[in-house]
Amino acid sequence: MPETLKEATPDTPGAVAAPVATAAVGKPRSLWSDAWHDLRRSPLFVVSAILIIFLLVMAIAPGLFTGADPRYADLAHHYLQKPKWGNFFQEDWFGYDIQGRSIYARVVYGARASITVAVVVTVLVTILGTVVGMLAGYFGGWIDTILSRVTDIFFGVPFILGAMVVLTSFEERKIWVVILALAFLGWTSIARVARGSVLTIKQADYVMAAKALGASTTRILLRHILPNAIAPVIVVATIALGGYISAEATLSFLGIGLAEPTVSWGVDISSGQEQLRNAAFVLIIPSVMVSITVLAFIMLGDAVRNALDPKLR
Amino acid sequence: MTIIDKTADVPAPRGSNDESGPLLEVRDLHVEFHTRDGVAKAVNGVNYSVSAGETLAVLGESGSGKSVTAQAIMGILDMPPGHIPKGEILFRGQDMLKMSNEERRQIRGQKIAMIFQDALSSLNPVLSVGYQLGEMFRVHQGLSKKEAKAKSIALMDRVRIPAAKERVNDYPHQFSGGMRQRIMIAMALALEPDLIIADEPTTALDVTVQAQVMDLLAELQRDFNMGLILITHDLGVVADVADKIAVMYAGRIVETAPVHEIYKRPAHPYTKGLLESIPRLDQKGQELYAIKGLPPNLLHVPSGCAFNPRCTMAQDICRTEIPALRPVTEQDGTELVGRGSACHFWKETIHG
Repeated sequence: MPETLKEATPDTPGAVAAPVATAAVGKPRSLWSDAWHDLRRSPLFVVSAILIIFLLVMAIAPGLFTGADPRYADLAHHYLQKPKWGNFFQEDWFGYDIQGRSIYARVVYGARASITVAVVVTVLVTILGTVVGMLAGYFGGWIDTILSRVTDIFFGVPFILGAMVVLTSFEERKIWVVILALAFLGWTSIARVARGSVLTIKQADYVMAAKALGASTTRILLRHILPNAIAPVIVVATIALGGYISAEATLSFLGIGLAEPTVSWGVDISSGQEQLRNAAFVLIIPSVMVSITVLAFIMLGDAVRNALDPKLR
Repeated sequence: MTIIDKTADVPAPRGSNDESGPLLEVRDLHVEFHTRDGVAKAVNGVNYSVSAGETLAVLGESGSGKSVTAQAIMGILDMPPGHIPKGEILFRGQDMLKMSNEERRQIRGQKIAMIFQDALSSLNPVLSVGYQLGEMFRVHQGLSKKEAKAKSIALMDRVRIPAAKERVNDYPHQFSGGMRQRIMIAMALALEPDLIIADEPTTALDVTVQAQVMDLLAELQRDFNMGLILITHDLGVVADVADKIAVMYAGRIVETAPVHEIYKRPAHPYTKGLLESIPRLDQKGQELYAIKGLPPNLLHVPSGCAFNPRCTMAQDICRTEIPALRPVTEQDGTELVGRGSACHFWKETIHG
């Protein structure tokens, strides 16, 4: 305490005039700004972030990467014409599939479907899981019993099997059907993490202090519990995002996820398997894209976890 | 209530004119915790009262029920496992235990506020102190962000945090222990409550800072004419600040007295034991007295007087009959104002 006194006394006269200057010098550091500070220095984060930005740009503006139409099939081109590995970013860079469509164009355009599914599912799952977990953890008692048992029931359903059952009951499998099916089954792990996290945070003295100073339940949940309990949820959600990309690919491969004419990596992997023996690249190129994307998100999740909780490293 | 608010504009008579009775009165309060091993009786019939401008020190060792009583008053007891089978908590004559949750929430922070022991863990680590202080004004008084911030800075100045303007956006971990406790005090003071409950406010601080924080509390209490309940296990902290003392043991009040009398002439063997176990300069080199034995297990409180297994004066009656809190008198029978003792042998203790 004497230290702070010492620091403060000399500049007290000037303090009134210079709030802007001092704000720049003594930047307050919150948990999040600390985490951001750590993240920027983490090679894991830098690599994964560059990859993810690259993929996101590809998903948002595929036209930037190729002028070719992914649905234009010209049987004059055929998979037996091997890829021209030297023609970077050209239509024939990765060769053509059995229908004579540019694989490079399809990979670029396929990013949108795969990433949309993964991102939207992750957002839905995070919201639903956090709400359920937070209510169960904070209120306890019978609310917890009911919500936790429901979570357990959903958790017991094997993810891919469950998604297959849900998806096969839909005639037309548009992108939102796949999203809802995955979100419907995927929220349980987030709910469990959120509940556990809230159970710890709700014991914290500052929650009791907030209560003692007259904060309402909503305010306690949103201002005091949520920001403190959200870190592990974000980590799990980021890692799960990679999982949803592969889940979409798996379902499309099995023929019950996205279907033609939607362009997605899963759809291409599915159609590529038929030519595996004479033209493996038709299958391998979209698979590599899936792997890179999954890897990027898992690395991001790891980096975020390290930054938010250095003790876990 | 509106009448009170109007008179509140006149600073001097605030608190003294609006009520004749005490600000807060706890009557025969019982608190139990239902645990797997049985019912733990944490508070067994506590009575005390505080008036505006008065400081009551509640003294007792860990597990004596002093904090649980405070939590029951604040309405922040975890229920279940906690349970209040009996008793009344009257704030300005109204029983708070009968109020709705919303009514009680309106009282918390605005009429009664609480200061906690560990200021670091009592402040939200992800929000800046300015935000947390400002929250009080924004939620309870509906001020804008800017106004709330200005008020927060004024408040931080009031509790003498140096360079408040520059530090208002800092986070709790950037403050020293003493400064954090000042911020806690500022938060409790924000809405100028009528009563503050301070639960061991200086336990986590070192001795010099303890004195500063206690002085600050006493000064603010005088300025705002608040009632103050000071919960502590430190007899040294109490002497300078408190007006009256209630000593708790095993969930009961065993002795009440005006502050200086208790140091001169304790009327309960437990209080006597506590006073004798304070290290004193004139007894340097001698062995320090300690009360023998351990505090009782609240699941199995001894029959009769709960202190009997540790008491040097215990007789058969102490093991069978629970002594009531009786007024203490001089040897000639003149009443000693405000004094009471729950001991079968209080006469022997105070006069013998």
